[in-house]
Amino acid sequence: MTTSRPSLRKLIAFAIAAGALVPAPYATAGSKRFDVGSPAYRQECGSCHVPFPPALLSAPSWRAVMQGLPTHFGTDASVDPVPRAEIAAFLESHAGTRDTSEYGKPLLRLSRTTWFAKEHRKHVAPPVLARPEVKSIANCAACHPGAEQGRYDERDIRIPGGGAK
Amino acid sequence: MRLLSLALAFATLPALAATPADLQTGYAAQARSANPAFAGFSADRGRTFFTATHGREWSCATCHGATPTAPGKHATTGKTIAPLAPAANAQRLASPDKAEKWFRRNCLDVAGRECTASEKGDVIAYLLTLK
Repeated sequence: MTTSRPSLRKLIAFAIAAGALVPAPYATAGSKRFDVGSPAYRQECGSCHVPFPPALLSAPSWRAVMQGLPTHFGTDASVDPVPRAEIAAFLESHAGTRDTSEYGKPLLRLSRTTWFAKEHRKHVAPPVLARPEVKSIANCAACHPGAEQGRYDERDIRIPGGGAK
Repeated sequence: MRLLSLALAFATLPALAATPADLQTGYAAQARSANPAFAGFSADRGRTFFTATHGREWSCATCHGATPTAPGKHATTGKTIAPLAPAANAQRLASPDKAEKWFRRNCLDVAGRECTASEKGDVIAYLLTLK
């Protein structure tokens, strides 16, 4: 029986195609750039905290956030109908594809999601969070200088007070 | 009724940019209609209001700083907040809609209620004294 060996060219083409199927933003390990570009989103959802990348929560999670704006983590974050519609559309179209639910209910808190927790478990222990320059796991910009623009490149990370990378 | 008087108070303002004085004019009109004995805003009252707590954990100063010519910091998230004093930040108090939105949100956080037009005007008067 003879078997035909795939050509090297076909192998490379397959590898490239397979790489293209990996959903952004998880496609490249070191460079993490997320779209946070909606003006209404930056305006209404980027004042009290950085505009969190929509890609880090699923669409059901974002819908739950938008439903619960009057009691948004202890404050009333209600938004007027016009910007609200723009924000909802932006979140829906840029939501992540990973499941961010727990026990069947969509999570609202990014830091509780599996991927986020895994990324930060090693480097953001309670002593790091307690430092005044950090203060909160929600303070992305403390360690990620490009957070306002959705840039979380690993090479740019600087943990105030030092920390293992 | 309040919404109507507020809308009327701001109706003459240009749709885009306004000045802090324009905001004061609007709030003064509303304060006067709420209280005919209204005698003008006070930067001193504004400073007291801004730095005091109002039955809850936070004062305005908690996030904005007592003299908000420097960046503030959100008490929960740690996020940097651009200076609130117009002398330190030309974008402040330039939009009645934006001012109203943030008064509504933050007075609810700080005092558990809407601020009165008089309180808002006093706070603006205080912010305008800061260099």
